[in-house]
Amino acid sequence: MSVPYQVVIGLEVHVQLSTQSKLFCGCPTVFGAESNTQVCPVCLGLPGALPVMNQRAIELAIQTGLALNCEIASVTKWDRKNYFYPDLPKGYQISQFDQPICGEGHLDFPDPENEGESLRVRLIRAHLEEDAGKSMHDEAAGKADSRIDLNRTGTPLLEIVSYPDLRSAVAAKAYLTELRLLLTYLGVSDCNMQEGSLRVDANVNLHIEHNGKTIATPIVEIKNLNSFRAVERALEYESKRQFSQWQQTGAVMGDSPKQTRGWDDAAGVTLPQREKEESADYRYFPDPDLIPLQITDAQLQRAQSAVGETPLMVRRRLQRDHELKAYDADVIASQGRAMVSYFDEALTKGASAKRLSSWMQQDVMRTLNENNWTITEFPIAANKLASLLVAIDDGQLDNSRGKNVFQYFLDRPASDLEEAIKSLGIASVDQAELEQLCRELLAENPKIVAQVKEGNVKGLGALIGPAKKRNPNIDPNLVRTICQQLIDTEF
Amino acid sequence: MHLTTRDVKKVASLAKLAFSESELAHLTQQLGDIVHFVEQLAEVDTDGILEMTHPLDIHSALRADQVNACLPRKDALANSPNSDGEFFLVPPVLGK
Ligand SMILES: [Zn+2]
Repeated sequence: MSVPYQVVIGLEVHVQLSTQSKLFCGCPTVFGAESNTQVCPVCLGLPGALPVMNQRAIELAIQTGLALNCEIASVTKWDRKNYFYPDLPKGYQISQFDQPICGEGHLDFPDPENEGESLRVRLIRAHLEEDAGKSMHDEAAGKADSRIDLNRTGTPLLEIVSYPDLRSAVAAKAYLTELRLLLTYLGVSDCNMQEGSLRVDANVNLHIEHNGKTIATPIVEIKNLNSFRAVERALEYESKRQFSQWQQTGAVMGDSPKQTRGWDDAAGVTLPQREKEESADYRYFPDPDLIPLQITDAQLQRAQSAVGETPLMVRRRLQRDHELKAYDADVIASQGRAMVSYFDEALTKGASAKRLSSWMQQDVMRTLNENNWTITEFPIAANKLASLLVAIDDGQLDNSRGKNVFQYFLDRPASDLEEAIKSLGIASVDQAELEQLCRELLAENPKIVAQVKEGNVKGLGALIGPAKKRNPNIDPNLVRTICQQLIDTEF
Repeated sequence: MHLTTRDVKKVASLAKLAFSESELAHLTQQLGDIVHFVEQLAEVDTDGILEMTHPLDIHSALRADQVNACLPRKDALANSPNSDGEFFLVPPVLGK
């Protein structure tokens, strides 16, 4: 490490759970509806309205907790977090204070700086709470009224709080990437950052080695992080800022209360947010409107069976059972649950894992990108791709003809391998026929022969195109080998 | 517990309320009386009694994840001191 300090990072992640209705009322949670059309007396905080817990939100929270190796509470309860803000109609948020649904846990994720290695972040807790509404301010003049939309009020959130175990901005981003992947595997959240389904706050400070002692700088909480890239940039910026601040002032932890800074993505800086006159005092107390929740063993078992395979388990399985390299296993696992299912389906239909992995990473993913498709929209079914790869393995056609078949499949979704082979005129080429073709080509291209004789083997590449024109079924690699042999023996 | 004017000022400021000095004196008296009233509960001997987080000895009342009808927007906005028919309007707030 080239800098004389250690960055210490903890993350708080708010995830919107994929329920149909809100946490304590039956209003829908659909994003993008007309303002204030998804509200009712409960989420508006009208007097006399009473909240009732959404069973699905509890299930999703337990599933997430289990996948994050958290202790699940046998009894959990609800507390009021009191603060006044226009988008919080009740004057308090229903949250969980001292008995969160998920206790301590951890998440292992791939170490971005050491392939095949992993890092661990310990989790303090994950608790359920209701979301607030949205405020739209008169940013320009600050004079017009603020407009409040309460559609989002009461939407279920799971707040996942980590220990300050992260030691770099890249590691923070890698942790978030794995967390999002895990949550989408579980299907507990769509994790759409643009729509606010996943929000990140970062706590960061430095441990500086100075005169044989370790000095901690004051902790700063960074808000307004709208993408993982923003998280990474903000943490890098903030580390440097804290170091230079310490060099100037010598201020250490305890000298000032925790500061909140906002990330300005365009300017690439963190800026102090207006200090509250009073330090936050949420005066938590148990919500008398809600009774405690007991979680039974039967509920835990149901949740456990819904968790299924995590990204980490997929990576391990692909490496252990199918001998993929760590990098390749990670690429497949990182594409999401649907891609893994496709991969598994093709495996069971006989494709060899290595060839499949290579085709998935190149041809399949390129096609998906070009067409902006997800794997579920991909027109070549897993068993069809498998039939092609098996044929290549069997030597029925070579890789380059395989690409023609792949394209044929794309162009004609109803086709099968037999039809593609027939239509494309794919036939194995007789060895004598191939040798004759190469001999002719070399005779017509004395310059290339001369080049190769001088040791420039690359010249052979220029023969592949003309060879394919004469017979599209030739195997380019075989053409190269035969030409080399012919040059050595006959020219 | 003795409630001071400072306590009342703090609670008022957390609730975004501003009071004159004479109002503060009046409220300190009133809130103090309420606290004293509730404090009578402290006279009950609770040694050996398990703490409960809720007075009712029931738990786990859940509802299925089903969407119900919402309020029509004009009804939702009806009690607001100010709205534009689409949003609740509040005096300008900058930052959070
Ligand atoms: Zn509602």
